[in-house]
Amino acid sequence: MSVRLLAAALALPFAVFAQEPIRVGAFLSVTGPAAFLGDPEQKTLELYVEKQNAAGGVLGRKLQLVAYDSAGDAEKARGYVKRLIEQDRVDVIIGGSTTGETMAAVPLAEGAGVPFISLAGAVVIIEPVKKWVFKTPHTDRMACEKIFVDMRARGATKAALISGAGGFDRSMRAECLKVAERHGVQIVADESYGAGDTDMTAQLTKIKNTPGVQAVLNCGFGQGPAIVTKNYRQLGIATPFYQSHGVASKQYVKLSGDAAEGVRLPAAALLVADTLPAEDAQKKVVVAYKHEFEKRFNQEVSTFGGHAYDGLMLFVEAVKRAGSTDKAKVRDALEQTRGYMGTAGVVNMSTQDHMGLDLTAFRMLEVRKGDWRLVD
Amino acid sequence: MLAQYLVSGVTIGAIYALVALGFAIIYNASHVINFAQGEFVMIGGMTSAVCVEAGLALPLAAAAAILVATLVGMLLEKLAVEPARGASVVTLIIITIGASILLRGLATLVWDKKIHSLPAFSGEQPIAIGAATLLPQVLWVLGVSAAAVALLGWFFNRTLTGKAMLAVSHNRLAARLVGISVRRVLLASFALSAALGALAGILIAPISFTSWDVGVMLGLKGFAAAILGGLGSGPGAVVGGLALGLIESLGAGYLSSAYKDVFAFLIILAALVFLPDGLFGRRAAERV
Amino acid sequence: MCSFPTASSAAARPSASRRGLAALALVVALLPLALTNAYTYEIAILVGLNAITCVGLNILIGYAGQISLGHAGFFGLGAYGSAILAARYGVPPLLALAIASGAVGAAAWLIGRPILRLRGHYLAMGTLGMGVIVSVVLATEDRVTGGPDGMPVPPLSVFGYPLSGERTWYWIVAGALICAVALAQNLIESPRGRALRALHGSEIAAGAIGIDAARHKLGAFVLSAVFAAVAGALMAHYSGFITPGKASFLHSIELVTMVVFGGMASTFGAVAGAAVLTTLPQLLTALKEYEMVTLGAVMMLTMIVMPLGLVPTLEKRIAAARGKPV
Repeated sequence: MSVRLLAAALALPFAVFAQEPIRVGAFLSVTGPAAFLGDPEQKTLELYVEKQNAAGGVLGRKLQLVAYDSAGDAEKARGYVKRLIEQDRVDVIIGGSTTGETMAAVPLAEGAGVPFISLAGAVVIIEPVKKWVFKTPHTDRMACEKIFVDMRARGATKAALISGAGGFDRSMRAECLKVAERHGVQIVADESYGAGDTDMTAQLTKIKNTPGVQAVLNCGFGQGPAIVTKNYRQLGIATPFYQSHGVASKQYVKLSGDAAEGVRLPAAALLVADTLPAEDAQKKVVVAYKHEFEKRFNQEVSTFGGHAYDGLMLFVEAVKRAGSTDKAKVRDALEQTRGYMGTAGVVNMSTQDHMGLDLTAFRMLEVRKGDWRLVD
Repeated sequence: MLAQYLVSGVTIGAIYALVALGFAIIYNASHVINFAQGEFVMIGGMTSAVCVEAGLALPLAAAAAILVATLVGMLLEKLAVEPARGASVVTLIIITIGASILLRGLATLVWDKKIHSLPAFSGEQPIAIGAATLLPQVLWVLGVSAAAVALLGWFFNRTLTGKAMLAVSHNRLAARLVGISVRRVLLASFALSAALGALAGILIAPISFTSWDVGVMLGLKGFAAAILGGLGSGPGAVVGGLALGLIESLGAGYLSSAYKDVFAFLIILAALVFLPDGLFGRRAAERV
Repeated sequence: MCSFPTASSAAARPSASRRGLAALALVVALLPLALTNAYTYEIAILVGLNAITCVGLNILIGYAGQISLGHAGFFGLGAYGSAILAARYGVPPLLALAIASGAVGAAAWLIGRPILRLRGHYLAMGTLGMGVIVSVVLATEDRVTGGPDGMPVPPLSVFGYPLSGERTWYWIVAGALICAVALAQNLIESPRGRALRALHGSEIAAGAIGIDAARHKLGAFVLSAVFAAVAGALMAHYSGFITPGKASFLHSIELVTMVVFGGMASTFGAVAGAAVLTTLPQLLTALKEYEMVTLGAVMMLTMIVMPLGLVPTLEKRIAAARGKPV
């Protein structure tokens, strides 16, 4: 008799969760050339799905993460997204570490009517705005604008670009070329290097010998920018040097060593979480995420993981506001997100803006003695 | 400007030369193109980087890395190349490509997907030579590569083992007839190529870092350099490597940096059209 | 030194190949019964597209005995050619596909003449270089091609009706595959095909009996390029999106692996190789971080254990079991 009571009592919490779990689909570049994007993204999603479930789930239902590794390959990404939609029947898709993979998935999400929160950078993802597609990271265009504003503040009106061959590199370069004029900056040199190149002194020599260069911007991520940085110092170029948000990580600083001293780049407040002034509106969220992530995974927090956190939390908030996981209702709720504070900044979405960040979400950082320092 | 382009071209070229030599040595002994050659470079760089991070002194880490790569090379020969001895050229290409994928996968499992670095051998203070500056590490790359090439030259021409390896490359049957163990020569060639690749990886890691997939591009370019120089020719591999590095650097500087790889390959293709056996390649007499 | 294609027995007897074609048609017709959702249809379509490319590539590698490590370049050129004509110049997609494939064939004819003078590993390098050049150009000219992130492609349409949806495309690709296999078989059994096989055996001996080696090699090269271009264009219009990764060295290697794995000098081997190696990575995703290691190991093991490829090895075993000489 008492055994049966005990069994019934034990079964009760399970009965609550016996409802259908909320399926969160993800396709991330965990391996491959964009692994340092996908790896923290995957870890973040796993960690916070777990925490959310430990706190009782969402609407009384457990979250279930279905994640695939698309390895930076757009074709693979397409296949996995199809799988997520058709086979795994997910309620939302969070993913697409790179723009290429995201764009390959967009028509599928649009066609099937599944909310898709992208973790990639290019502005083309949300411009023109697509009904079912949202994104959490800052756009590469915003990064260019933040950098050009800072260049003008330092008195530079002529700049040189040096970019890698990858999707992120070329997309940001294209955006920078587009918005430079608007910010009063003229691009006087435009050099490129390939994936896996070991030495960029030739390109930098060309830039060094271009008359009138007052600032240099390197659009890239991975090991390329670190090599460019070292070559920059080796050649003794003293011109102000900017990197992109793609290398907003301690790994870049470590690899570049002393050469990174004085380099500026736009980044989310997450990187300087602990040194933010106490009144900073973002401080609470970023400090919490940073500590949770570093405690659990024993590795440096990364802004890319932060984008995944924002994506998941935006979805969770939207589901709570919509009161259901009905895809159309969740989509509407996502679009109505106002004043949500994420690791990237404050998010205010609208029918025309499916990203919701503004330029305040980017902080200008400078590398000083191997650590970040807020400039503005 | 030209001086700087030359310096950078010769630096990259020296690394390509070491990788190309690795291709040449294996090809000579076995007529196999080892598409996993780039992975030896990766193993050299990664092993030494991880050892140094764990606290080992640099020379010890380097020695350990070369040893590990040599072992991997020998395993590759024993387990993959020897069993497939009679297979066609294309099949062997697939096997070695499969090996390179396997090695890269193992690298992500044993180590990680992060980018690692080695401390520069003698500091990072740039040295000015005329109008060009270079890092001290570049001198190490050039110096050690030159020493390695010289050592190999002495090895192949003055020692019995080396001459045996050369004999196998000229005529396998004849070599066997005079008592040379072709199997041992094959094993030795893989070991030697692996060691060379690892050396290249260790030399370049302080300049351009190392990660689980550095081998892909380097392997490809090393292969291109080996072909340009003439497959099977040691001096050809070195010349091919240096030439490729210079073409890339000068192309980036004077023409278009976005297309420097295209120029490099176009020039290689053009060279092959006029010299179908490469710069120093032996005109293979085809038996009917 | 030369490995003679041992599947010649199947190819030499027209009735056997006709049976093979009928069997393929049957499999293709019945497969939809096993396909449960759009995702499985997608896999089948990808298999079909890879198979078309591999059937063409097999004519070059298996029958003419040449090596091409840059064939994805033709695939990519066909895809981008059709995509750019349709998306930026408003050419009707079917016409764009035809023009692009024809243009790639012409380009292959132009490149083929100097490149095919190379032999063995030098030819491998030549084709590899060609493939790299194509993929770099496609990735760099972002104003035309959309750069490394690729560009959207309008769907295929017939008389204004867009053809989309996995089920429609399954039949399109199936039809294209049957045509490709029939064409390839036809070629192999014709005097042209026999000339090709003679070339593979010994170029000098073939020359001695009056076969123009250069012309036949070029013909095989161009034909295989056209097959790849058509498959590429179809993939572009099916996916609605195309990236330069489709022209990469890695993709070229995948294609060669499929041909060799399935069995060189065997058209059905090429189809089988494409089928296995397209579905395998999908199955391996369950292994997560062990996927690469497993893929590499599988490639190596199968080539060591079955150096002739899947289909010829099976044929041999079956023939041996029956007690017949191969």
